[in-house]
Amino acid sequence: MELTSTVFTAKAIYVGVIFAITLGVAAYSTYFERIFAAFFQDRVGPDRAGPFGILQPLADAVKMFMKEDFIPANSSKWLFILGPCLSMFTALMTSAVIPFGDTIDLGNGVKFDLQGIDVNIGILWVFGIVSLGVYGILVGGWASNNKYSLLGAIRAASQNISYELAMGLSIISILMMTGSLSTKAIVEAQQNGHWNILYQPVGFILFIICAFAECNRTPFDLPECETELIGGYHTEYSSMKLGFYLFAEYINMFVSGAVMATLYFGGYDYPFYETVVNSFGENVANLIGFGALIGKALFFVFVFMWVRWTLPRFRYDQLMNLGWTGLIPIAMFNVVWTGLIILLPAEFNLSSWASIGVAIAGIPVLIVGLFIYHSIAGGKKKKTALAR
Amino acid sequence: MNYQPSDYLPIIVQIGAALAFIVLTMVATHWLGPKRHSKAKDDVFECGIESVGNARTPISVKYFLVAILFVLFDVEIIFMYPWAVNFKTLGWDGFLEMIVFMSLLLAGFIYVLKKGVLDWEK
Amino acid sequence: MQFWYFLTALTLISALMVVLSKNPIHSVLYLVFTFFCISGHYVLLNAQFLMAVNIIVYAGAIMVLFLFVIMMLDLRRNSPDSKTNLTKLAGAVVGGTVLVIFIAATRKINLGTGADNAFYNSQTGMVENLGQILYRNYLLPFELVSILFFVAMVGAVMLGKREAGERNF
Repeated sequence: MELTSTVFTAKAIYVGVIFAITLGVAAYSTYFERIFAAFFQDRVGPDRAGPFGILQPLADAVKMFMKEDFIPANSSKWLFILGPCLSMFTALMTSAVIPFGDTIDLGNGVKFDLQGIDVNIGILWVFGIVSLGVYGILVGGWASNNKYSLLGAIRAASQNISYELAMGLSIISILMMTGSLSTKAIVEAQQNGHWNILYQPVGFILFIICAFAECNRTPFDLPECETELIGGYHTEYSSMKLGFYLFAEYINMFVSGAVMATLYFGGYDYPFYETVVNSFGENVANLIGFGALIGKALFFVFVFMWVRWTLPRFRYDQLMNLGWTGLIPIAMFNVVWTGLIILLPAEFNLSSWASIGVAIAGIPVLIVGLFIYHSIAGGKKKKTALAR
Repeated sequence: MNYQPSDYLPIIVQIGAALAFIVLTMVATHWLGPKRHSKAKDDVFECGIESVGNARTPISVKYFLVAILFVLFDVEIIFMYPWAVNFKTLGWDGFLEMIVFMSLLLAGFIYVLKKGVLDWEK
Repeated sequence: MQFWYFLTALTLISALMVVLSKNPIHSVLYLVFTFFCISGHYVLLNAQFLMAVNIIVYAGAIMVLFLFVIMMLDLRRNSPDSKTNLTKLAGAVVGGTVLVIFIAATRKINLGTGADNAFYNSQTGMVENLGQILYRNYLLPFELVSILFFVAMVGAVMLGKREAGERNF
């Protein structure tokens, strides 16, 4: 795509729109989280600000702004300010490579991609920015000069880097199927219902677990575990600096939902695309695709909340054990299995249904393998416990 | 596809927008909120108990080991990206190459596990 | 071209700040920023995969390790007071010698006449082409790298594993 000044202006407007959507979704996620919490716990939930409490996020924002911008006396002042800013910055930058929709015809033959940047490294951009998310928490926690903050920050950093490994490994199997790092190419390979979830059920489960851990959401919210660490890394924070940490979490939820939709659920693909193109034209069809992606992302945000009010949190050793000894070997198995899914049908000229079959056959193989491993390892543990 | 550095230009817009949002919010919240200081309030919050010693004590060496292992595994995973992208053209040869690479990775992983480095219960 | 000058100036300033800032945490953060600027240079060279790797490995992994190490050390107790005149003199001599060597080396560099158009391909730095070369022509070094990682893992465990009865906090 030629980068003319028209396209550049359109890109600038597009970036603004995506910002507005992300911030709006993040703000209203706080409202819906409380609504869902109330529903799951049989309460009423927020109902004072406006009809059905619909203005609650606005009220919260005003409250956050009017609170004292407090900095503890013996903290490192600039690092204390920098921490939440870094968190927010990394959260806002991730969405650049996500293809929110197909091309839009702007007239005069100018085609415009509904995507910030379509670059060769694509998904590695997301991976890179996510790996920087550690700094916001680590710097903020260290600068507070509070024991609980430091512990929370160190915990968060260890957790994030541990789950990053399994996340990186689970993306690899997607890349093997698509043959490109570009997010646009990954989505285009999944058009007309060939969604990656059919071929990568194990990879998706790995990815969503890692997404939970990367966003510090329950059951992985040990960095801010209030029963042990007061508020974790944001114990000393107040006003909009605290707001940034909380807000960044909700933005990360939305963006990781969009990433999951892009990688595993066909991105902006939706059923009956051809019919819509024939009756309403391509622009309308692609705008519906934009809506479809947002809808999928919002569904994942709902899953995040659903899990939060369903599962209790892990203990720290359980969390690290799951990340290292659980997810990494499974992810490596998944890479090898994906290799077989691709190579075997090509070798014997089988249809795509056969590869889906092989992909699903991976789940029982994995379960049996894990069962055998645990019966061996578990037996050993029991023996040593008895010997003591 | 023909990728060029100019593909990255829109990212400057995004960086600018993100920075503008962050700076404006920070300035606004600093300017709007009240400022009331007191000795007890400026202290660190540790549930009302008086704080003893420096918060920045050395931390467990386990975290450090996790970080060092993370660096090693991360580089190995990065090596797998160009392989995964070319997987279909490399075919069975590439598959076997990666089996060798991953078995060495797995050997190191099992060594780390056997040494009990990742054992958090002790 | 103006962008290149801007980026280079930013890189040099942040690299200098790494050395000049008193607080080690500030140094680490400036170093992260320096890596970002270097990634910007990679983008200008159209080496996009290297740019991503630079961010993920250096800024995302190694610098986190550095931060951990700095947080592990007790900054106040371990502050070095050993800056006697002798060490300052030794530092100046070593630094000056390195500077002279660099200047002498750069004077000898032949920059040539620019890119050879017969072999020039702007897409060389893309991950597809990189993988083709790495996994066909340089297969043995690649497999040896995995042995290097294995050795590094063993070394890290030997250094870091705590023995029974040692204080842990």
